[in-house]
Amino acid sequence: MAERRIRIMVAKPGLDGHDRGARILARAFRDAGYEVIYTGCHQTPEQIAAAAVQEDVDLVGLSCLSGAHGYLFPRVVELLKEKGAEDITVIGGGIIPDQDFQKLYDAGIKAIFTPGATLDSILDWIKNNLKPRE
Amino acid sequence: MTKNMEEAEQLKKIKAGDVRTASRLIRNIEDELPEARTALKRIFLDTGRAHVIGITGSPGAGKSTLVDAMITSFRKMGKTVGVLAVDPTSPFTGGAILGDRIRMQRHAEDPGVFVRSLATRGALGGLSKAVGDAVHVLDVMGKDLILIETVGTGQQEVEIINHSHTVIVVLVPGMGDEIQAIKAGIMEIADIFVINKADRDGANQLANELGSMLNMAPAFPGGWRPPVVKIGSCFEPQSFTPSIEELTGAIADHYRRLEETGLLGDRMKRKAMVEIGEALRDAILTPILRELTKSGEMDLIVERLLKRESDPYTIAEEAARRYLK
Repeated sequence: MAERRIRIMVAKPGLDGHDRGARILARAFRDAGYEVIYTGCHQTPEQIAAAAVQEDVDLVGLSCLSGAHGYLFPRVVELLKEKGAEDITVIGGGIIPDQDFQKLYDAGIKAIFTPGATLDSILDWIKNNLKPRE
Repeated sequence: MTKNMEEAEQLKKIKAGDVRTASRLIRNIEDELPEARTALKRIFLDTGRAHVIGITGSPGAGKSTLVDAMITSFRKMGKTVGVLAVDPTSPFTGGAILGDRIRMQRHAEDPGVFVRSLATRGALGGLSKAVGDAVHVLDVMGKDLILIETVGTGQQEVEIINHSHTVIVVLVPGMGDEIQAIKAGIMEIADIFVINKADRDGANQLANELGSMLNMAPAFPGGWRPPVVKIGSCFEPQSFTPSIEELTGAIADHYRRLEETGLLGDRMKRKAMVEIGEALRDAILTPILRELTKSGEMDLIVERLLKRESDPYTIAEEAARRYLK
């Protein structure tokens, strides 16, 4: 009865409109039993952070193929912190060069998945690392 | 801080419009945590201010886009808006894709707008079980208007009348034949009809059908004949904006009529009765089910039913007698 359901937001910050991967992930999360809030393409970090707080999600998954991840991903983390929502986990994926990983981790991105990452590896990461918040 | 103080603080924060506190409470309501009920007991006394508008219609009728346009229009009038958008839960995995926000994202940063997606979580009737309580939270937050977008399952989706003051039924041309307009169910609950995507063929025909259906109605409570608002493609702003204003105008007119004729009181009464019914069911049924499950008796009961040693009615009567002493 009293049972936490995990809520995940899938969002695409920035200018690229290629959301096939994001939609596949959303579907995979749904099939894994999560409630997925999908906000679509062309989102500003401000929109994403505001929506994440309104929806009270546990996890925000960002997808970016445009090369702007270095700005966009940390900005989302920053804005969540400003809203007192630093307990929301942020992970990222997309076209992200290896040399950028550490910077993103340092900025508070908890995991990064690049092309070739299997759906199972992403789902496993969530299962092992995400607990619904109190 | 004592628990009591924490709760008072929570209510104060929600009243001040604190999004994080409000969205967490809605989450707790959805997850049926006991502390959510304690909070609702406090909150309820401060509710009853907002105008609640239900938006229903088949999937793909354009409800979310319409809600987005309505938000814009209400904001121009200086009103604050809360939105509850319901999407279906998978009966197999319990997962859900909540995608109605996509059309409303331009309001994400507007502090006067709060959009929350809810999954049905097995509830029938086009809403989620948490909707009624989530409305109270938005009401206490001070939202002037609360829009509830139903899941869009179709003809039987009439539960929305128990939660709203004004019900909008959204239709699109070319979705059915003449017989749809006279069936019982969703067509009867409309206070306002919207013909969406009215730039498509068949919009006039649909409007005519609605007109003749309404002409046959035996009576309109309070003398309110549901208006039919045609709204063109949202990709042509000129054809969209004036008709949205026609719609928001009709919504205001409807509320005024409800107030003037006393129908508002009737609707509130119906709502109160539904609420008490739900709360009773929750207060009585939930503990019994929990007890039966915890004690392991549920397994035995199921076994007995499967072996046809008893029937559900006898067992339920026995359990009720035992627990309701």
